[in-house]
This record gives sequence, structure tokens and C-alpha cells, in this order.
Amino acid sequence: MAVLEQTPPAVAQPSPTRPKKGLRKYWHLYAAISPFYLLFLGFGLFPVGFSLYLSFHRWDGLGSMEWAGLSQYQYLLSDGDFWNSIGNTLIIWVLATFPMIFLAMVTAVMLNSAVRFKGLYRVAYFLPNVTSVVAIAIVFGSIFSTNSGVVNAVLHSVGIDQVAWLNTPWGIKVTIAALMTWQWTGYNAIIFLAGLQTVPGELYEAARMDGAGPIQTFFRITLPLLRPTLLFVLVVSTVTGLQSFSEPQVLLQTSSNDSTFAGGPGHSGQTMVLYFFQQTFDNNDFGYGAAVAWGIFLVVVLFSIINWRLVQRRGD
Amino acid sequence: MAAIKGSRRRGIALHLPLIIGTLLSAFPFYWAVIMSTHSSSEIFAYPPKLLPGTHFLENVRNLFDAIDFFGSMWNSLLVAVSVTFLVLLFDSLAAFVFAKFEFPGKNVLFGLLMVIFMVPAQLSVIPQFVIMAKIGWIGSMTALIVPAAANAFGIFWMRQYMKSAIHDELLDASKLDGAHFLRQYWHVALPVVRPGLAFLGIFTFMGQWNDFAWPLISLTNPDNVTLQVALSQLNGTHGTTDYGIVMTGALLALVPLLIVFAIGAKQIIGDLAKGAVRG
Repeated sequence: MAVLEQTPPAVAQPSPTRPKKGLRKYWHLYAAISPFYLLFLGFGLFPVGFSLYLSFHRWDGLGSMEWAGLSQYQYLLSDGDFWNSIGNTLIIWVLATFPMIFLAMVTAVMLNSAVRFKGLYRVAYFLPNVTSVVAIAIVFGSIFSTNSGVVNAVLHSVGIDQVAWLNTPWGIKVTIAALMTWQWTGYNAIIFLAGLQTVPGELYEAARMDGAGPIQTFFRITLPLLRPTLLFVLVVSTVTGLQSFSEPQVLLQTSSNDSTFAGGPGHSGQTMVLYFFQQTFDNNDFGYGAAVAWGIFLVVVLFSIINWRLVQRRGD
Repeated sequence: MAAIKGSRRRGIALHLPLIIGTLLSAFPFYWAVIMSTHSSSEIFAYPPKLLPGTHFLENVRNLFDAIDFFGSMWNSLLVAVSVTFLVLLFDSLAAFVFAKFEFPGKNVLFGLLMVIFMVPAQLSVIPQFVIMAKIGWIGSMTALIVPAAANAFGIFWMRQYMKSAIHDELLDASKLDGAHFLRQYWHVALPVVRPGLAFLGIFTFMGQWNDFAWPLISLTNPDNVTLQVALSQLNGTHGTTDYGIVMTGALLALVPLLIVFAIGAKQIIGDLAKGAVRG
């Protein structure tokens, strides 16, 4: 990796007149980086190790721990609710990510050729991303409300029946995906725009000379050159999308009766992270919760690798 | 020329979708404003109201009765401001060291930093909760501030910035003048990287202001929570939800964010794009 390259010691040479011994002369450097590493030890490294340890134990958070070996992982593999939450998460992720990336790319290409109001558009498109998920999930809950929501009103005006968005398995997923798409499209458009601006203008000039239309130009020039940016966007949206929590939690807490983290009727909006919170803090099953967390981690890593491979291979 | 004749039509074809996109981006904000001016019964009327009503002040009054709005807002501000300050300090210090100095173990420590990037949040939630319970921080804002006080992203970001922005000659010169490490950091490094700090600061503030999962778990006393948690309580636990109040709360909770964004919009959008292309 480029960031780890060795650079010759240039600045912090020991003063030639009074050489100090050993590591002592670097003490101020270690002191300067120590806050981060101390916090990391206490709240990063130790917790990760502890959660691995926990996942091999049965523990309700209060009593004594009981060795469980691999049994919680075995149970995890056969846990229908966990697989259901994986399915929900993936469906929501697909429903959100593909429209989002498509819209972001189209927006970026248009912004790239727009001359006027560029700054204004950028701010407008980025604004959804700075809102708090809680506040905006409340707003979306109202927009998608069955009886008084504006979405159903629009559907009604074109002759389509009401949809109980928050009370049907697909409605829930579409609503969560719509919220995510709304929140992240502009963000990704701006990232694509930055990628587009590194494409040399002569390439487009040459394409036009050769008689290429806008669609040909997009697929032959823009898309291949955007591949690194696409990879970045895809990986980031996989990591964040697969860990979605606040959106379903806030959207569905009014319609779920049994638990804060149930994810709506029939658990159909229960994402992996919601399931993790349910097992841990509703059921007070800290050991199994830890096993679920590691399961989620594996799913996220797996999908990040798959995405990476798919995008990397395409141009070869 | 033909190009000029066609440019107007092209302009419309270009700006019309962009304007529609802008309207879609803005609509939920507009909706929240409209809903916050109606009473609950008006909100449930059909067809939905699209123009402002007259109940805004009443909703605000009811909101302040229903939750301790200013108390929870104060908690959110306290957390967001403290974390932002500490992150800027600790991250820029560490970044300065990693960008401009050599010392034994540097590469190992920096490699570790990159690995920390990858560790997902849920893995440490349970142990963090247990630690906080053991040291008695559960329910207090300390539980939110301390673990967030330095982060790998910020160090990485500031290091990249400092590597290119601070010239070695400048540091050498200040060293010849007898400046020690802290003086170099404060008088040479920090002034040069102010745009980078601004981005990191705004980013951190917004992230903290919006954080939800960890405050929801660790702030066990419903009377002492952050604004996001208070809002979600408003949305759920009051039996029949009064949407006028909830919308007003959601709207007011966005105001500080929008102010911060307005101050730093240029910085955020510009630097975000730069960082993404570089990375």
C-alpha cells in the first residue's frame, strides 16, 4: 500500500551536539499519538477480543458466564430469524443501492455538463445527507403513511389503490430503501462528479469527432474511466447499507408491538443489525448477540469482496 | 451557428431533470415544515395538506411539554462539541507525528491504524456497554464522549493533508529558530491545515449530532438522553403518536445541523470529493 511506504528520516534527526539514548528522545512523539492508541486499547481492541470471547459463552450480562463452545455459532447457522434478517438486509440493500448508483451517475453526468447553478445544485443534492436519520425517518414515515401520506395521495390521483407501506413486507423494504436512496444519491453524485472532472476533455472531443452519440460516449468513455470511483461508491454503500439500523428502527417502532428492534410486522423490516440489538438488549443474550455480531461481520466482508471482484473484473 | 440554436433546447433538457432532482431532495424538508404547522387531526385528513397551517406555535408548546427538548438538545450539543474538540486535537497531533516524523515502530503503529478502520461498530457494542456499566458511565454523556474522542479516519485524513500542506523546509526553519515539538505543531502545522481541520470538525460534529444506536443503548435513563433518542421516544412510546409534535421536533432538531452545514458547505463538498478521488 502506498500509504505505508518508507520515507527516509529527514526531520526528527537527533541533535548532533547532545545525542540522547534509546527511545527516550522520541518520547514526545509517542506522547502525541498516545491518546488515540489508549482509547483504541480500551474501546477498540479489548472490546473486539472480548466479544470474540463472549461469543463462546452464554451470558445474560449479569450472572456468571458459562462456556458454550461453538454451540452459539451452530445455532446461528440454523437460526431462521438470522437468515431472515440477512435476506431483508440484502433486499433492502439491492432496492436502495442500484437506483441510487444509477441516479447518482446520471445526476453527476448532467451536473458535469451544466454550466450555470452548479454550486447551487451541489448544495441542494448534498443536503439530504446532512440530516439526522431519526428526524428524516420520522418524516418518511409520514410521507409513506397509509391514510395521510403524500405517496398514496399521488398514487390515488393516478388511479392506484392505497398501499400500506409500513405494514406489508415489501412496503416496509421499499420505504426503507427509498429513504436510503434519498439520503445518499446526492452524496454519491458529488463523488462521481469529482471523478468525472478528472476525465480529460479531449477524450470527449475525440469521441464527438468520431461521431459517437451521448450514450455511446457514456458507455465507452465515461463509465470505464469512472470505475475507480464506482468501486469506492459501491464498497462504501455495501458497508453502510448492510449495517442499516436507524432507518428501520425509527420507521417501524410504532408498528411493531413486541419489541423495539423487531422491525415491523412479521419482522419483515428487521435488518441484521436490528436483529443483533434484539438478541442482545431485548433478550439479554449477550453471548449469542456477540455471535450474531461476528456473523454480520462475515456477511459484510463477504459482500465487500464480491463487489470488489465484480467491479474490478469488468474492464479486464 | 447550429450549436447556439440547439443550446437552448439542450439547456432545458439538462436543467429540467436537475431541477426535478432538486425538488425531490428538498421535498421531505418542505413536508416537515408543512406538517409542523398542522394539528394532528389535520395531518390525518385526506387529501394531505400541502400548504402551511396555523398550529406551529401550539405544536412547539406541546413539544416542549412532551419532552425536555432543550435539555436533550443541550446534551447533544455537549457531546458533539466535546467530541469535535477532542477529535481535532488528538487526531491532528497524531497526524502531525505520522506525517512529518520518524520513530521506531512508526510503520507498525500506522498499519494498525489502517486495520482499525475495518473493524465494524457492532463487534464492540456489547463489550463497550459492559465496560461502561462496570465503570459507572452508563447513562452519562461521558459514555458518548470518551470512546469517540479520537478516531482512525481523522488521523488518516489529517496525515494525508499535512503530508502535502506542511513543507519540510518550514519545519526545519522553525527548528533552527529553536521551536520545540509543540510549538511546531501549534504555530507551524495547525495554521497551514485549517481547511482540513474545518472539514474534519464539521464532519465529526454532524456525525455525533446524528448518532443514534449507541446513545439509544447507553443512555438508559429516559430523562437524560440526546436529542435523537428523545425524538425517537416521541415517535414511539407515547401510544397514539401526535404527528404535529413529532414533525415539529424533527424539524427543530435539524436546525443546528443546517446551520453547521451552511457554514461549511463549500468545505464539505469540495473536500469530500477530493478525498474520494484520491482514495
